[in-house]
Amino acid sequence: MNDPFPAPIPRPGKVYYFGTCVIDACFPQAGLAGVELLQREGVQVIFPQAQSCCGQPAHNSGFPDEARRVARHQLKAFARDYPIVVPSGSCAGMLKHQYPHLFAHEPDIEEVQRFSSRIYELSEFMVKVLQVRLEDRGEPIKVTWHSSCHALREMAIIPYAKTLLGQLKQVELVELQNERECCGFGGTFSVKQPAISAAMADDKVNDIVQTGAARVLSTDCGCLLNISGTLGYRQLSIPTQHLAEFILERTQ
Amino acid sequence: MTKTADVLAFERNVTKALDDGQLRRNLRSAMTTLSQRRRALFADVEAFEKLRTQGQSIRRRALSRLPELLEQLEARCTANGIQVHWAETTAEANAICLDIIRRHGAQRVIKGKSMVSEEMHLNHFLEEQGIEALETDLGEYIIQLDGETPSHIIVPAIHKNKDQIAHLFHDRIPDAPYTEVVEELNAIARQELREKFRAGEVGVSGVNFAVAETGTLCLVENEGNGRMCTTAPPVHIALMGLEKVVEKLQDVPPLLRLLTGSATGQPITTYFNMITAPRRPGELDGPREVHLVILDNGRSSIYGDPERRATLQCIRCGACLNHCPIYTRLGGHAYGHVYPGPIGSILTPQLEGLDEAGVMASASTFCGACEEVCPVKIPFTEILRMLRNEAYARGESEHDVKGHGYRYTTVEALSWKSWALYNTSPGLARIGSQILGKLGQHLPMIGPLKEWTRTRIPPPFAPKSLHQLAQERGLDDDR
Repeated sequence: MNDPFPAPIPRPGKVYYFGTCVIDACFPQAGLAGVELLQREGVQVIFPQAQSCCGQPAHNSGFPDEARRVARHQLKAFARDYPIVVPSGSCAGMLKHQYPHLFAHEPDIEEVQRFSSRIYELSEFMVKVLQVRLEDRGEPIKVTWHSSCHALREMAIIPYAKTLLGQLKQVELVELQNERECCGFGGTFSVKQPAISAAMADDKVNDIVQTGAARVLSTDCGCLLNISGTLGYRQLSIPTQHLAEFILERTQ
Repeated sequence: MTKTADVLAFERNVTKALDDGQLRRNLRSAMTTLSQRRRALFADVEAFEKLRTQGQSIRRRALSRLPELLEQLEARCTANGIQVHWAETTAEANAICLDIIRRHGAQRVIKGKSMVSEEMHLNHFLEEQGIEALETDLGEYIIQLDGETPSHIIVPAIHKNKDQIAHLFHDRIPDAPYTEVVEELNAIARQELREKFRAGEVGVSGVNFAVAETGTLCLVENEGNGRMCTTAPPVHIALMGLEKVVEKLQDVPPLLRLLTGSATGQPITTYFNMITAPRRPGELDGPREVHLVILDNGRSSIYGDPERRATLQCIRCGACLNHCPIYTRLGGHAYGHVYPGPIGSILTPQLEGLDEAGVMASASTFCGACEEVCPVKIPFTEILRMLRNEAYARGESEHDVKGHGYRYTTVEALSWKSWALYNTSPGLARIGSQILGKLGQHLPMIGPLKEWTRTRIPPPFAPKSLHQLAQERGLDDDR
């Protein structure tokens, strides 16, 4: 049988880890789980302390100068030639696909392109490059899955995330009716268009509830912040969790 | 922070739309049907991708030669006997129509569906001049009866369900019996319209594609009303935005397939009209005069900017509306302008100015659903980002969009500068995240947090950041 996901690069000894600002402030355990999953595969993880935000909030809000300033800061913080692993489809999409747009007319565009070519979303990296095989040690559980829009479309990494989920034999995945529909987060959109955002989040939560799942998983903590915030506001006790944390919990 | 007028108006519309449960159910059901039909027709993903690439390249090729293709179109049409008129503004376009109508002493105009005529507010204009303009597309007819404007560019009455239409017909059409049977409702409309077709003195239509090579005006429709409007009255006025021109006749079939498939999931529409000339000597039917009005209304300015030009690739299929999570919840009226949804959000601020419609560019989560389905691959999110940037760009702006800089405030500019400073100063960020870790659960609910917590619990700021935990774990810092 052909390997459906051929490795794009040889297995590296060291990788950079870009933790993302949402994980940094609100979900550090999810970030650490990603680190441990990589370390467990024998990969040395480097976490530059100088790293901050990918710059997406400014890029999407109409402030490209500020976005570039912050982006250049990441370029410096991740200067060596290691792959950069990102536990978020959205931030990875910014670093990989939006940086080249943002710098299209800048003198350092070639440096940016080299940087962007080193970006991998975590589950993509685990499946494609590390070719991990997971062994499920957890109790049977029914979960549902939220595809972040940037993971789904810009990065197209949902097949990798679901490959990992599929390796967990005791996990039953019940898909959402509208899996391909946005949860309404949209970064600054959630506070600039709060009413529309809330309506979208509400519908997403209704969709989650009808699956009867015991947990909601995703590759993106921005969406989970929105979804868990709405679940909590509605006093629904369905936990949300980053995929990395879920995998680590069930495989150690 | 003070809100601009467009933002306030949009907020009011949004609240109204979101509170209308019937509207949301109607939209959700209709959009689900339309997108399922589309998906079924384009089930072969690879073939669709190929067709989409072809569609994009046809539109790009046409736009790359736009001025000469328009000249060629004018020359061909003129040679065929079609009278061509150029209108820089909607006011000019209205005046041209009025002049033609008056010259024929006409009182009754029958109209096929045309979004350019909506852009011109033609019906309202003609009404003020004492001329009746009757919409003959069923959807347009329904909303005209109810004194509304289209809520969708392809299916204008999509916000209404069968029961609402049943009541409307019974209330507004003299002697119409109350019925909820679709066939009977159709029959009522058909009977009403049949008489109007007979009495129509001037017919108005839109144009889906104008072929420069042959001077042919293509009109796509499902009800035959377009054919009636363009053949029954002695005079036909076709309205088009100047971007609708294509180079060759052979460019039409792929675009037609993309248009009908993306719009309604149909392999082809029931009617496809190709209009090349008025009635020729010896012919028994057809209009004696055909006029083509080509409208600019800001399009040439869009054409002039290489990054904005892709806006004009649009073939008005409406797929971006049908798949937009925001349009699906609001419907078209909430946008407050003629073109709603993702295409409206990139087009309207450029046509009418950011100060009039800039808020539309903020009505997107950048989910990318519009880009995924667009049959001519318009880079929606790139254009939206550019418009958001222009909204804040004072003085000379890179893309010179009308009304740029209207949203600039010192407070917002400073807050982004501070954000950039924070994210480029590791020392500052370290102190910041320590403070956030300690006080995160006790932050005052003001600013963005206030908006966030209207419908959500506050973010669970962690006592220690990932930076701190990484350091404690002794992760290599690369120094």
